[in-house]
Amino acid sequence: MTDTPLSSTGSDPKILHRLRAWWSGETATPVKRVQFDQQLTPWLFVLPQLAVVVIFFYWPSVQAVTSSFYIEDPFGFGATFVGMENYADALNSSEYLSTAAFTAFFCVLVTALALGFGLLLAVKADKVIRGAETYKTLLISVYAIAPPVAGLIGMMFFDMHMGPFTKLAALFGYELKVGINYWDTATALIVIAVWKQIPYNFIFFLSGLQSVPVSVREAALIDAKSGWRRFRDVTLPLLAPTAFFLLIINITYTMFDTFPIIDVIVKDKPANNPMTLVYKVYLDGFKGNDIGGSSAQSVILMIVVAVLTVLQFRFLERRVHYG
Amino acid sequence: MFKTTAATLAFALTTTTAMAATDITWWHGMGGRNGEVINEIAQQFNAAQDQCALTPISKGTYEEALSSGIAAFRSGEQPNILQVFDAGAATIIAAKGATIPAEDLIKGAGESFNREDFIAGVRNFYADSDGKFIGMPFNSSAPILYLNTEAFEKAGVEAPKTWEDFEAIAPKLKEAGYIPLTASQLTWMMVENFKSRNNQQFATNNNGYDAIQGTELVVNDDNQVMMFEKLKEWADEGYFGFYGAGWSDNLKPFEEGKAATWIGSSGSFGGLQKSAEFPFGAVFMPYWDSIEGAGTQSFIGGAALFAMAGKPEAENACTAQFFTFLTSPETQVYWHKNTGYVPVTEAAYELAKSQGYYDEKPVAEIGIQQLMLPGGEWTKGYRMGFYPQIRSVMEREFNRIFSGEVSVKDAFNTIEEEGNALLARFAKTAK
Repeated sequence: MTDTPLSSTGSDPKILHRLRAWWSGETATPVKRVQFDQQLTPWLFVLPQLAVVVIFFYWPSVQAVTSSFYIEDPFGFGATFVGMENYADALNSSEYLSTAAFTAFFCVLVTALALGFGLLLAVKADKVIRGAETYKTLLISVYAIAPPVAGLIGMMFFDMHMGPFTKLAALFGYELKVGINYWDTATALIVIAVWKQIPYNFIFFLSGLQSVPVSVREAALIDAKSGWRRFRDVTLPLLAPTAFFLLIINITYTMFDTFPIIDVIVKDKPANNPMTLVYKVYLDGFKGNDIGGSSAQSVILMIVVAVLTVLQFRFLERRVHYG
Repeated sequence: MFKTTAATLAFALTTTTAMAATDITWWHGMGGRNGEVINEIAQQFNAAQDQCALTPISKGTYEEALSSGIAAFRSGEQPNILQVFDAGAATIIAAKGATIPAEDLIKGAGESFNREDFIAGVRNFYADSDGKFIGMPFNSSAPILYLNTEAFEKAGVEAPKTWEDFEAIAPKLKEAGYIPLTASQLTWMMVENFKSRNNQQFATNNNGYDAIQGTELVVNDDNQVMMFEKLKEWADEGYFGFYGAGWSDNLKPFEEGKAATWIGSSGSFGGLQKSAEFPFGAVFMPYWDSIEGAGTQSFIGGAALFAMAGKPEAENACTAQFFTFLTSPETQVYWHKNTGYVPVTEAAYELAKSQGYYDEKPVAEIGIQQLMLPGGEWTKGYRMGFYPQIRSVMEREFNRIFSGEVSVKDAFNTIEEEGNALLARFAKTAK
């Protein structure tokens, strides 16, 4: 059970390490090179992957960038070139800006909470001896739930007519109105999104913890009596590559993969409920049939994500120590 | 190779399909029982003749059906028939080369077509400003007021005809232990049909029918604002239960017998017969006695069928044949009885009546009667582009009204402002 995640953590941070080396211009530690006799053979091997990337990523991206400069009738009869107008419209709309603000808030909070709880549970589960496997399996199993199903289960808990959480809140004299009250819906969204992501972080943190060498742990045990100090000074730095990897994955998750959860909660009618930028792209593009406006929004999103990723590698990843 | 095998296999299995039959497809956005009835109607059509074979395909919700249809059209893979819902009507009607007007299609195929055959309330919504049918009205509905019979007996009150009546009985219904009023989809009920039922202007350019350029919403007028100020006041006093923008969240209290009334679609009748375990009735959606000239008909909701352009002549002929089949009194009555949607032709209504259907189920007649009420200048509905987004703006502001974040007047000012910006954007696409 624990073997698989262990080996995968082992490799992922290494990839990041190489990327970092490439980014900062350092010569990476030479890896064993496989030489091909012909120039063509290696290309043949990467061709399927390249085709997938080109067809499913570059091509739609180019299309999105192109159509973001046009206002277009949905059926494609006429497109009027409007330059940056779609961008200006989006960035001047208070609705768009508040959605962007919520997305940022949602992103920070969900990532922090999901990483925090994942780490806490991993540290605790790491210490459990009796019934450890059962614990771990129970904690991990949530990850197997598909996001829309997670959204549905979560929504049942928060349902305004029969949800147990709504009833619980009522016990304390609070009328929880998910779907009507902006912050009530935001709370439900955050709880469900965090709940869904904890197991993923848990798996990686746990295997990260288990790869901390016993000798290091024992040495630390002699140096420091306080468990918290040992955790802060020894375990945490050794977990940093895993944490950095998870940080990127979690941000991507909150920005993109929470889509089905939002869709289930707002039931296709967002009204004044919070949503993320991705959901707004979908609404304006697919529900509203405003292709130009929706494309401009998705290009903005592409730029934001690109900048975020570069910043992470440039500033944060430098502090990560790879063992 | 595989394709050929599969085709042969499919052919062998569909023994009812004659060899020379022309295949046509119909994409729709209906699920549940309604989706089943669509399949049954397609089977009936296929059994009734042997030149055409119709395959209906569900594409999810109304919105999904429309966006799939659009995407398919852009890549030349469009179905022969696409179901488009009321709010999407302007989008498809404005795209002139995307569809063949239903009237032209039917007449071109040499079949008879008469606008006067259709009941008054359905004639305009999917037609151009000259009254020519672009879409074929299919599943048409009207918002009506459903009543929990027991609640009214307990409170000792009569069903309301006007909102003034409702104000008078609401305290008694509340006292009897019920939420006096709930309503699904306030955009449709309390704006679009409020305008129609009270004969109020909804947009410039003849509610948008005359031109796309320059059309603007008219929603922050005194009467519209008054309707929502009343609703807010009723909500605060416990006379009106508001449960957000979702359809079923607002229906639930009525189904559970907690609400005395619910404004829903006449098309909800079929479902309610199964879900509500108490006797219920229905009356017309109330209007304001205080508004002069109010009490006019409502216009249709639901959806229409559009014949997509760019298809071979033989397939178009089949589509025309199917449209004729669909509007035949027998098919209409079958659809009406099984779903609760109203029949779209006078003949179908007469047939259902002569069969004694309304003696047995009086609730089923309310929707069609409301659509046949006298019309007025502003009872034809509306024609506005990007309307699904305008609805989203309304839904957002309505939530804010009921949570007390904004005043009704401010909310409608925002709706008008953002709505007009969307209409102006749409006007740019339609050059």
